[in-house]
Amino acid sequence: MSELFSSEVLSEAWEIIYSEFPLALWETLYVTLLASFFSFLIGLPLGVLLVAGEKDGVMPLPASVMKILGAAVNLLRSVPFLILMILVFPLTRLIMGTVVGTAASIVPLVIAAFPFVARLAESSLRETNPNIIEMAQSMGASPIQVIVKVMIPESVPSLISNATIAITTILGYSAMSGIIGGGGLGKIAINYGYYRYKYLVMLLAVVLLVVLVQLFQSVGSTLTVKFDKRLKNK
Amino acid sequence: MIEIRNLCKTYSVGDGKVQALKQVSLSIPDGDIFGIIGMSGAGKSTLVRCINYLEPPTSGTVEIDGRDLSKLSSVELRGVRREVTMIFQGFNLLLQRTCLKNVCFPLELSGVKKAEAQKRGRELLKLVGLESKADAYPAQLSGGQQQRVAIARALATRPKVLLCDEATSALDPTTTHSILELIRDINRELGITVIVITHQMSVVESICRHVAILDEGEVVEQGEVSEVFSAPKSPAAKRLMFPMGSEEETVRKEHTIRLFFDGTKAGSPLISRMAIEKGIEANIISASTRTLEGKPAGVMLLSIPGGEQALKDALEYLGQEPGVLAEEVAP
Repeated sequence: MSELFSSEVLSEAWEIIYSEFPLALWETLYVTLLASFFSFLIGLPLGVLLVAGEKDGVMPLPASVMKILGAAVNLLRSVPFLILMILVFPLTRLIMGTVVGTAASIVPLVIAAFPFVARLAESSLRETNPNIIEMAQSMGASPIQVIVKVMIPESVPSLISNATIAITTILGYSAMSGIIGGGGLGKIAINYGYYRYKYLVMLLAVVLLVVLVQLFQSVGSTLTVKFDKRLKNK
Repeated sequence: MIEIRNLCKTYSVGDGKVQALKQVSLSIPDGDIFGIIGMSGAGKSTLVRCINYLEPPTSGTVEIDGRDLSKLSSVELRGVRREVTMIFQGFNLLLQRTCLKNVCFPLELSGVKKAEAQKRGRELLKLVGLESKADAYPAQLSGGQQQRVAIARALATRPKVLLCDEATSALDPTTTHSILELIRDINRELGITVIVITHQMSVVESICRHVAILDEGEVVEQGEVSEVFSAPKSPAAKRLMFPMGSEEETVRKEHTIRLFFDGTKAGSPLISRMAIEKGIEANIISASTRTLEGKPAGVMLLSIPGGEQALKDALEYLGQEPGVLAEEVAP
């Protein structure tokens, strides 16, 4: 323990923190937010399809299409992220021109996260009261109108709450991408802590990750409550 | 005019089939308040959902103003649903929208401009007495207020027909009364045909002009409310009128007569006159009066202890009285 906090170790750690942490923090943030953005972009419509396209849904799709969608989502969800990152190298190279680096790590992150986002969106949208959907249909709403004007707006609190879960998960994944050359706090933790035995630096990187998760979570929880008009006395 | 002919609806449940509606035929004139009453499971909700084709019937036709709904495309059906709107037992308001935006919802669906929709929305909230709640959310309102908002919403597209699916079943008696008054005012002032689905006699009695009694998917009786309820013929109608269990069971031992009387005519002490003039004794087992469309109507149950002959004489004597209908209750 005394070794971990010796003055030599402390000054060295401070040196690393001072020179590397600001950039790493920034990289982690932008990778997480960009990867979340693209995951939502693909995952939300997919989640809508998974609910609306069912046999008893508002916009039934052929059973074969639904089977393929479901299987694809499950398949992507079941590949471990570390392996998925390597599996999608060809795609990453196609899109980003390289497989190394911070920006390149966004591709595997999106591939790993969008099926997860789709399942989360699915579970949120499924909570819509079927009587309210029937009401909208009885007023002459088209399937698209039911989705856009009823199912999504009525599920907003649940969607925000699930988006928070998705973002914190993506943040965790982004740290893992340090293994294959992605940047950010994860890379610092692995490079200094695992390869060079500088545990103090690793510890600090982890603390920062924890703080970020807490931050995202509390913002998410606040927004969830703020947007829920079902709660009285506000 | 809504014309329902030979409507059948069958659901498949597992391997078997359930017939929810059997050959239902009804015609509902414009501007009427038409009650469809039945116990739970009688098929009322299915019937009302066939009227706006939320549930397409298995066979039979629904015609609204001469248009056969089965021949319409899904886009045309959506148009019909703006003319035949609905209110529900559970109100079904959008919980993440303010009351005003709830009322504007059907207008939004049909592409009415926002400013215009909001103007109409405010008018309607005023009509139902809730203009002060325009910016409140449904969770902040009582059940009765929520149903008023739902009524305003149902009127937004200026419908011809309003379907009320157990609209007062979740409300207390006082609130029920005020909602029914509102529905009656809407019927009178806007000339909207109202179809009321309910399991409560009191609802039909207080606002309906015509009634159909639905029992196990079949219409067992229909006609004017005063006619049907003053002389119920079917077992289902009798069950609805005497929900405490049929009075027959309590008086099996003696001959029993059921009297229906028109309260405006029956002024004389008929029972005691019968005892004096004919010497026939009668025990009054139960008696009640109801007000049907403003006219009092009564039902009385008499037991006649004097045997076959006394029963025959009593039926004859009571039957010749104007405004009175006497029938033997089958032992």
